[in-house]
Amino acid sequence: MTFATLRRLGIRIAVAALLTSQMPAAHCAETTITIDNFTFTPAQLTVKVGDTVTWKNHDDIPHTVVSAGKFRSKTMDTDDSYSFTFTAAGEYKYFCSLHPHMTGMVKVE
Amino acid sequence: MSDHDHHNDDNPGVSRRRVLECMTWAGTGVLWTISGGVPRSLGLVGSAQAAEPAGLTFLQISDSHVGFDKPANPNALGTLEEAINKIKSMPIKPSFMIHTGDVTHLSKAAEFDNAERIISQAKLDVHYVPGEHDFLDEDVKFYRERYGSGAKGAGWYSFDANGVHFIGLVNVVDLKAAGLGNLGAEQLEWLEQDLKGRSKSTPIVVFAHIPLWTVYPEWGWGTEDGARALDYLKGFGSVTVLNGHIHQVMQKVEGNVTFHTARSTAFPQPVPGTAPSPGPMKVADDKLRGLLGVASINFKQGEQRLAIIDTPLQG
Repeated sequence: MTFATLRRLGIRIAVAALLTSQMPAAHCAETTITIDNFTFTPAQLTVKVGDTVTWKNHDDIPHTVVSAGKFRSKTMDTDDSYSFTFTAAGEYKYFCSLHPHMTGMVKVE
Repeated sequence: MSDHDHHNDDNPGVSRRRVLECMTWAGTGVLWTISGGVPRSLGLVGSAQAAEPAGLTFLQISDSHVGFDKPANPNALGTLEEAINKIKSMPIKPSFMIHTGDVTHLSKAAEFDNAERIISQAKLDVHYVPGEHDFLDEDVKFYRERYGSGAKGAGWYSFDANGVHFIGLVNVVDLKAAGLGNLGAEQLEWLEQDLKGRSKSTPIVVFAHIPLWTVYPEWGWGTEDGARALDYLKGFGSVTVLNGHIHQVMQKVEGNVTFHTARSTAFPQPVPGTAPSPGPMKVADDKLRGLLGVASINFKQGEQRLAIIDTPLQG
């Protein structure tokens, strides 16, 4: 690793630290829910307000995630993903509108 | 076949056991016919096709998934073309074709264009119903623009041919969480009106993408309110229900109703319960064409059952 690379990395870390320190909420974690074999994993997930959840489709068939009145992804083809940031507490039940037997829930505290 | 006594059909005495006995997990290239509610194999496709059928013959193709290019079949457009070539070479020209949905894989305009370019080479009228893969474009307009003219709601309609009443239904929209396929109140009301006053001796063919009967709810293979549609069909002497979606041949007879699902022209899916989930099933390259195919349906005046021949692309 060259000095220049290390320096750029250092600046990036410093910038990231600065941005983080200015954010009002302490939590802004990112979590991934995978879709394999027509199944959301984990099927139930608990996150904090402000967290972002990303669904990633590993199947060779498109899927969606829909939570009535809350969020609705576009069709995710193989390896496509969709992210949603939860700004309010609650239980968000969701499903795949193409294969409705696929269901999951995100609990936001 | 005409010895089938449909006066008994109102008798709901078809036990679950009986239904299971009648459920056929059909092999490839076999002509199935129904006598007294029991499926009977008449022979291989070659010999079945040699005997010239009288009456109405039409074809069913399904699940062409144009645009699909994953390992289970890197060239779904190519296998659709093979299916169409097979249709073009059939010794008896069918009257028309039905397509039971999933014309495309992702509802892209180019996928619809490619599908049309290949399917039109059969030079047959094609009656379409949509699959869930045909309504994925942002404005949900490509399917309707191409195939929706004259249809009601999300694309349902009926027509008559040779004294047979055909009903195309849509059960892939407005699906509910944890549910199955869905027809919805508006469509069911239309269906009831469509059948009202029709002679009970009129043979009925109903076609829709997702099976109207419950094949395997764990994988979503069934229609939530399918039983209500079947209620309206009670009393008709001959009802044939043709579906796709599950990419394999399955047949069941219940009273006056014959249920049948067609193969895909794109890729096979596993037999229910034999895999962790549905979805494209990768098989050895030399096995693929034995699991893809088309169905030919023949109706002879005066016979209760329509004869259905499933023809694989190969084997």
